[in-house]
Amino acid sequence: MRSGNIFLKRNEVVFVVILSALLLVVFPMALDSFRLNLVGKYLTYAFVALGLVLCWGNAGILSLGQGIFFGLGGYGMAMFLKLEASSPEHTAIQSTPGIPDFMDWNQITELPAFWLPFHSLTLTIVAILVVPAVFAWIIGVAMFKRRVGGVYFAIITQAIAAILTILIVGQQGYTGGINGITDLRTLKGWDIRTDFAKEVLYFVNVALLLGCLLLAQFVRRSKYGRILVAIRDKEDRVRFSGYDVSNFKIFIFCFASVLAAIGGAMFTLQVGFMSPSFVGIVPSIEMVIYCAVGGRLSLFGAVYGTLFVNYAKTIFSESFPELWLFAMGALFIGVVMAFPNGLAGLWQAYAQPWFDRIGQRGAPRPISPAPISPTAAPAERRT
Amino acid sequence: MSSDNHQNGLPSALRRKLLMGMAALPAAALLPKAAFAQAPATSAVNTTGLAVTDTTVRVGILHSVTGTMAISETGSVQAEKLAISQINEMGGVLGRKIEFIQEDGASDWPNFAEKAKKLLVNDKAAAVFGCWTSASRKAVLPVFEQYNGMLYYPTFYEGLEQSKNVIYTGQEATQQILSGIDWVVKEKKAKSFYLLGSDYIWPRTSNKIARKHIEKNSLKVVGEEYFPLGHTQFNSVINKIKLTKPDVIYAIIVGGSNVAFYKQMKAAGIDLSKQTLVTISVTEDEILGIGGENIAGAYACMKYFQSLDNPNNKDFVAAFKKMWGENIVIGDVTQAAYLGPWLWKLTVEKAGSFDIDKVAAASPGIEFGKAPEGYVRIHENHHLWSKTRVGKAKLDGQYEVIYETADLMEPDPFPKGYQ
Repeated sequence: MRSGNIFLKRNEVVFVVILSALLLVVFPMALDSFRLNLVGKYLTYAFVALGLVLCWGNAGILSLGQGIFFGLGGYGMAMFLKLEASSPEHTAIQSTPGIPDFMDWNQITELPAFWLPFHSLTLTIVAILVVPAVFAWIIGVAMFKRRVGGVYFAIITQAIAAILTILIVGQQGYTGGINGITDLRTLKGWDIRTDFAKEVLYFVNVALLLGCLLLAQFVRRSKYGRILVAIRDKEDRVRFSGYDVSNFKIFIFCFASVLAAIGGAMFTLQVGFMSPSFVGIVPSIEMVIYCAVGGRLSLFGAVYGTLFVNYAKTIFSESFPELWLFAMGALFIGVVMAFPNGLAGLWQAYAQPWFDRIGQRGAPRPISPAPISPTAAPAERRT
Repeated sequence: MSSDNHQNGLPSALRRKLLMGMAALPAAALLPKAAFAQAPATSAVNTTGLAVTDTTVRVGILHSVTGTMAISETGSVQAEKLAISQINEMGGVLGRKIEFIQEDGASDWPNFAEKAKKLLVNDKAAAVFGCWTSASRKAVLPVFEQYNGMLYYPTFYEGLEQSKNVIYTGQEATQQILSGIDWVVKEKKAKSFYLLGSDYIWPRTSNKIARKHIEKNSLKVVGEEYFPLGHTQFNSVINKIKLTKPDVIYAIIVGGSNVAFYKQMKAAGIDLSKQTLVTISVTEDEILGIGGENIAGAYACMKYFQSLDNPNNKDFVAAFKKMWGENIVIGDVTQAAYLGPWLWKLTVEKAGSFDIDKVAAASPGIEFGKAPEGYVRIHENHHLWSKTRVGKAKLDGQYEVIYETADLMEPDPFPKGYQ
C-alpha cells in the first residue's frame, strides 16, 4: 500500500484505535481515580517522548535537555494557577497580600513584571506554546547553523538544563526555588483538585496526546519527514543536494520542544504543582529512557514505553521502597541490551509478521517487506 | 474511657524498662489480650473509612530511603519504626496493633506527593509519619488537606505554616534561633555576626529572623551569604570572614556542603576553639560526615542531643541502639520523628477515635512526659512547646550540652516583628 498522501497506513489506523480504546475506555473503566490520575501523569511524559521520536529517532538529534521545555510549559501553567490561587482574600495573612506566598517569604513586595502576563489564561497558553519554541529556536540556530551536532549537541542541551535548574533554584523569590510552585487550586474558578476534575483533565490530556500523535505522524510521513531521515543517515549528501540542513533540524527541534511544553502544562494541571526537579538533567535523561524503552523509531512505542517505565517505577517503589532503583536500573540495562529498538522493535520483529500473515490469509494484500532485523531502521523502510 | 486511658497510656518507668529489656517477650504476649478485651468497637472509633480493623490500624511512613536525602531521613525512619514497635509491645493504640506501610519519597518532591496520595487514598492510612525537607512538606501539604489526612512532620523548619492536618514535632525557626542568640550574646559577649546559609527557604527565613533579633539588640550583622545546595567551594567567604573578623559565625549550611565548609575552615586556619561558630543545621548525623576533629568546638542550637542526660533519653538511646546497631548516632530530627507515633497514640486515645477531624481537634494540649528531650506539649498551632539547648561539638562527634532554657519555648510559626 503506497502512502503518498495518506499519513496513516492501515495497520497504523488499527494502532490508533487500539491506543485510543486503551486510554479512553479500558483505563478509565479498570482503574480507580487515584491510579487513573497517575496514568494521566505518566502520559504527560509521553508528549516529550513523542517529540524525542521525531527529534532523535527520525532526525538523529539526541537532546538530553527536553526537561527544559517540559519545565517551561509546566512553569507557565503553574504561574497562571499560582496567581489565581494568590488572590488577596487567600493571602490575607501575608505582609503583602495578593502575591504568591513564596515571594512574600523572600521579601518581595511587588509582582515582578514577567509574571504579569500570566494573569490571563489566553496569554498563558500562548506563552506555553511560544516561549519554548522561541527558546528552542535560539538554541537550534546557535547550534545547527554552526553545524554542531551529535554528542556535542547532547552535552550542550544537558548543560542548558543544568543552568536552568540552577537559575530557578537560585532565584527563589521569583520562581519558588527548590520547593517549586506549589498549592495550586483552581483554573478559572474550577477546582482542579477534585476527583471529577482529575478525570476531566485525564480525558483532555488523552485527547491532546492523540492529537499530537497524529500530528507527529503527519510530520513523519510528509516529504519533510523523509528529508529528516535522509539527514540522519547521510547529512552531507542531503546538504550537497541543495537542502539547508540546519533549518530542517531547527524546525523539528522546535516542534519537539512545543510537544514537551504541552506535556509540562498538562502535568502541572494534573499533579497540582511544578518544581525544578522536572527541569534538570536527571528527568531529561529519564525522558530519553522512556523513548528508548518504547523504541525511538515508533510514536506508538514511545507512548507505551512511557507508560511501561512509569508503571514499573510506581510498582517497584511501592513493593521494595529500599531496592527499587536497582530494579529500574536492571530493567533499563536489560531492555537496551536485549532489544535495542525497544518495545516497538520487539513488536516489529515478532508480532507484526504474524499479524501480517493472518491479514493476508483473510484478505490478500500486497506483500509487505520481510521481517526486519531490529538493528535496521524498520519504520521508515516500510513506507 | 478513663480506665482505658490508664491501661493504654504511658507505662510506669518500671514497666517501660521491663518492656525494653529481654523481659519484653512474656509481657508483650500478655498485654495485647488484655487490651483487646476492652478495645472499643471499630464502628465507634472509625467513622470515616480509615484502615482500622478490630485488631489493627494502618499508618504510613513516608521518607526518602533513596537519593540524596536518604542519609538524613534514614534516622527518622528508624525512629518511627522503633516507636511503632514499642507501642505495639504495649498493646497498640485503642487495643489495635499498628501496621505500617512504608513508601519511598526518593528525594523527589513530586514523588512525595504521589506517595502521600497513595497512602491516604488507597491505603486509608490513619496517620502518616514523614517528610523531611520543606520542599517535600510543601509538596504533600495540599494532598493532606484535600484528602484529610494526618501528617507528623519531624524536621526543624522555617515556620510560616500551620495546618489542621499537620503536627510539627520539630522546632519552628524562632524556637531554635532566639534563645541561642541570646545565649551567645550573653556568654560570649558577641557584638558582630556573619550569617551563612544554603540557598533555600529554611536558611533564608531563619537568617532573616536571626538578623532581626540581632539588630533589635543593637548588634551588627557584618555579612550574609548563601550558597547553592551541594556547593563545595567556600574559600572566598572564608577570606571575607577573616577580613571582617565577626565575633560569631552563624552557619545554616545543610547536607554534604557541610563537609567542605568545615574542612576548608580548618585548612584556612580558623580555629573553632577561638572563633565562635553557631550552627542550627549540624546534628550528630552530619558530624559523621564532617568528622569530629573538623568541627570540635562549634556550638549547635537544637532541642535534642544524643548526650542529653535524663532517664527517658537513656532508655531511648539504649532501645535505638539495640534495634539499629551499636554504632548509630541520633540527631535532633531523629528524636523528633520518634515523638510522632507516640503523640499520635496519645491523641487518638484522648479523642477515643481514629477519625482525622477528632484527632486534629484533640491534638492541642496533648502532653508527652516520656519524650527523650523531656516533657513536651502540643500547642494550639499544632507545633510543640519544647526547650532550646546549646551543645558544644566534641572530638568524638557528640555534643556536650552546655545550656538549656529554663522554660519550654512557645512555638510561634508567624512571628510578629520578625517577618
